[in-house]
Amino acid sequence: MTVDEPGRAWVFGDDIDTDQITPSRFIVLSDPEELAEHAFNDLRPEFSEKVREGEFVVAGENFGGGSSREHAPLSLLGAGVDGVVAQSFARIFFRNAINLGLPLMICPEAHRIEDGDEITMDLDAGAVRNHETGERYDAEPLPEFLQELVDEGGLKPYTKRKLGTAEQS
Amino acid sequence: MTAKTITEKILSEKSGRDVTAGAYVEAIVDSMVTHDVTGPLAIEVFEDVTDEKSELPTADDIVFTLDHHAPADGVEAANNHNILREFAAEYGTHQYEINDGICHQVMIEEGFVEPGQLVIGADSHSTTYGGLGAFGTGVGSTDLGTTFATGELWFRVPETIRFEVQGDLPDGVYAKDLILKFIGDVGFDGATYKTAEYAGSAIRELPIHQRLVLANMAIEMGGKAGIVEPDERVETFLEDQATLDVSVDPDLASDDDATYEATYTYEGSDLAPQVSKPSNPENAVDVDDVVGTGIDQVFVGTCTNGRYEDIRVVADVLAGEQVAPGTRLIVVPASKSVYEKCLETGVLETLVEAGATFQSAGCGACAGYHQGVLGDDDVCLATANRNFPGREGSMDSQVYLGSPATAGATALYGEITDPRDLETTRYGDHVSADVGVVR
Ligand code: SF4
Repeated sequence: MTVDEPGRAWVFGDDIDTDQITPSRFIVLSDPEELAEHAFNDLRPEFSEKVREGEFVVAGENFGGGSSREHAPLSLLGAGVDGVVAQSFARIFFRNAINLGLPLMICPEAHRIEDGDEITMDLDAGAVRNHETGERYDAEPLPEFLQELVDEGGLKPYTKRKLGTAEQS
Repeated sequence: MTAKTITEKILSEKSGRDVTAGAYVEAIVDSMVTHDVTGPLAIEVFEDVTDEKSELPTADDIVFTLDHHAPADGVEAANNHNILREFAAEYGTHQYEINDGICHQVMIEEGFVEPGQLVIGADSHSTTYGGLGAFGTGVGSTDLGTTFATGELWFRVPETIRFEVQGDLPDGVYAKDLILKFIGDVGFDGATYKTAEYAGSAIRELPIHQRLVLANMAIEMGGKAGIVEPDERVETFLEDQATLDVSVDPDLASDDDATYEATYTYEGSDLAPQVSKPSNPENAVDVDDVVGTGIDQVFVGTCTNGRYEDIRVVADVLAGEQVAPGTRLIVVPASKSVYEKCLETGVLETLVEAGATFQSAGCGACAGYHQGVLGDDDVCLATANRNFPGREGSMDSQVYLGSPATAGATALYGEITDPRDLETTRYGDHVSADVGVVR
């Protein structure tokens, strides 16, 4: 799958932990859209109000450290974020995001992207494109098997297909 | 074939592919466990991905325990217990009751873990199974619920960090001291996503209950797994404890030229008892540094150090004595069979006479839910695995972590005490047969 519609980049720094993505006082919530209302609440209060479907989160090293709860990736999905580009991800966030079907790209040059730039994640080619500057950054494509998981919307839909319990469309 | 670590061998075997660190695999899971906190969510996921009346072919590999809030400490906990009981009755999964014990101890005693197996649990201390030479790792409820349905799950094959301890350990130094030392040296995220592999002559000499401690706390340095290469001690242990007849494949060990991300080496005789200061397990120091710190509560138990041999050490220290005035001692056996052994051997009587509060088997106060919660400014020394702020109660309480011997000595004097300073008769020769390292 290629995310081909350009979208605005919301740029964050290094070591953004799950508490900064979804402050822990909101973890009693479990609905993605309700969680989305509090995403980055303390760090960038305007995020939840202004983020639109099809936009991207861009970050530095070690995005998503901290709690093993799924609230952080859920809140980003609830906000309609199309994917996260970071220089590196914390392991549990990585696993939870894949399991929930949130596309991720590890991109060493993510720091070249500026807040508000229009970007696309080209998952097939393993690249992030910056439409503001015309630059193309190499990004590690997900291994084929994980890409399949993400394409299907995460571990639950993937399992349903394997079991043959998916609703036929 | 490329040289492999034991981790790479197990994940190659379970995925049917020849893989090394960094590869992503789908692997067959041998058994899985969940408890009263994470179980209801896993069941929800399972019901979501399957048809209403689906069969559960993996039922015999699924274990439910009631340990975190057991006996139920509130209506919500009681309802969660019933959710698991009802599911088990319908699908035929293994259901353990309140007082049967902590998930990880039940898995081991009941024979759900064998060397070379891949075992997952919806609990971060599922790394414990590495003490038997299995690859054990904690997963989320989504992972577990889908694995109920399919029997397999995706993994990234982790790199390995090796901790080697050679020679003999001094008196009063246990596996708990070793693991606190390792965590102190690499930091609480020093092995993130890696396997911590424990090796060397001192580790090979450790009895199984102490190897389990090393594997259990791998997660406190971020590890995905902790593992000790299995040997004939594992065979004997499984035969005695779980009436399992297994023979360890001699190839189930890391190859000599396997690739390690890092290797840390220690000389056993250099090591001293360790205590982790509040509020992170990585704050490990030699016990000397904190001797004399006043303690309000000593907590002996958990999936780390709630086994018979651990409780026995505390009883030997306190035999015929009293817990220091102003200090509370709470003892929680890790399982019903540990409880029974304490009863049969007089350990329970010794402890109760010494003034201890002896509770039913389970997690007890470990996660601060009930049965021994700390108040503001309370200072505790626990044989547990975590001492994060508020872990055992108030955000203003403080928790030190140490071995059962350190806990026993501390209960006796009401302040952190070096177990090596006790008269040797207190844990003399009669203990060594059972307890292993104490001489
Ligand atoms: S004893 Fe503590 S660490 Fe172990 S499973 Fe129970 S709550 Fe978790």
